[in-house]
Amino acid sequence: MTTGRIVVAGASMGGLRAAEQLRAAGWTGTITVVGDEPHMPYNRPPLSKEVLAGKAPFESLAFTPRASAADVEWRLGTSVTAARLTERVVVLDGGEELPFDGLVVATGMRPRRLRCAGPSAGRHTVRTLSDAEALRAELTRPGARVVVIGAGFIGCEVAATAVGLGVDDVTVVDPLPLPMVGPLGELLAGALRRRHEERGVRFALGTGVAGFEGEDRVTGVVLGDGTVLPADVVVESVGSVANTEWLEGNGLDLSDGVLTDALLRVGGWPYVVAVGDVARFPNARYDGVPRRVEHWSIPTDTAKHAARVLVAHLGGDHADLAPFAPLPTFWSDQHDFRLQSFGAPGLGLDDVRVLDGDPEGDVLVGYHREDRLTGVVALGGQSAAMGAARYRAQLLKQPALIA
Amino acid sequence: MKVVVDMNKCQDHGQCVFAAPDVFQLEDNGRLAYVSDPDDALRDEVEEAADVCPLQAIRVEA
Repeated sequence: MTTGRIVVAGASMGGLRAAEQLRAAGWTGTITVVGDEPHMPYNRPPLSKEVLAGKAPFESLAFTPRASAADVEWRLGTSVTAARLTERVVVLDGGEELPFDGLVVATGMRPRRLRCAGPSAGRHTVRTLSDAEALRAELTRPGARVVVIGAGFIGCEVAATAVGLGVDDVTVVDPLPLPMVGPLGELLAGALRRRHEERGVRFALGTGVAGFEGEDRVTGVVLGDGTVLPADVVVESVGSVANTEWLEGNGLDLSDGVLTDALLRVGGWPYVVAVGDVARFPNARYDGVPRRVEHWSIPTDTAKHAARVLVAHLGGDHADLAPFAPLPTFWSDQHDFRLQSFGAPGLGLDDVRVLDGDPEGDVLVGYHREDRLTGVVALGGQSAAMGAARYRAQLLKQPALIA
Repeated sequence: MKVVVDMNKCQDHGQCVFAAPDVFQLEDNGRLAYVSDPDDALRDEVEEAADVCPLQAIRVEA
């Protein structure tokens, strides 16, 4: 069957890739993509780097959709507010009901916000183009004092970009003892901290945030130990929250994103699949534990698999489909260095070994479980990143790690 | 099929090399080299390479 309609809820990278992959999988019926941002899908990684630095205009971020997706119907500036999956209907914010034959859940995440007391003006997040433009306007004011809350990917990248813009006073706060220690482990996180400090970033680690000072807008960040960091600009990079409220009432597991099976199907409905960072899926390459993955590669990987599953079902093709088993990869550009990862370093944090180089310079680190390599991360220049790539084939070949 | 890489955008991530090794290569100096008119039989892998480019620097033309 190639008539009827597939609704894609979410018009970011995952939504676009889903639409393209539905066509690639042979779906010739209608595809309607609904998304709340006013823009066509655009590439987000530059928001914390090139866009913030004023080096990339919006036009350079917009994805170029494949020719095969030219007839996709885009409903931008529109959100999906509810779904009745048994009836196969989604409800849009204007009250319109859109019936579907297949549904792709691609509504992604939004930044988590701190709930402590204080003014909200001067506090920023970085998820959308308008977020990045608003933050840039404040970072480029002479003498701005910047506090970044959260030393993860976004926080470390924003701190580096701010220093690159000439901001003298940049402090990163995190309750953990080292930046990015969760995904990287202590060895690399320590090396990362030294590199940031050498380039002018300060850290306030091992402490949370108790509140914000200021009347109409923020003037300081109060730490858990009572210390106040003066601040004109605050960036909250403290994780994200899944946009799944619209799926409530369908008996789904929405405890952290939307739970899928090994084929990315949702709630036992063969005509509902999830893609991108909102999908909590088991990876057959590893231990089968469902996890959400916020890496940039995931929208593309999930879209390809989910589109095949959905189109096969709608076409009445019940051939056996392989379980989803992507090889994760991520990168992060900070100052003049890059982090590049392949595999699942997070599954091997208890056995971390230097494979090449030295933590003071370019270094390649391997993560192991039961003496087997689970992932690699390089820190340094281009040649370090290429060193990590040399382990990719080995990581792809390995049999699954069982919990 | 014609392949165009915006070398001002390219930051030598090398993801295209994994997706389409017959078309894209990183040279010893770490810079990208590519075939600009690959055979049409390679279309799937070239489109995959365009998808996975972190900088979205690869354009595939008919």
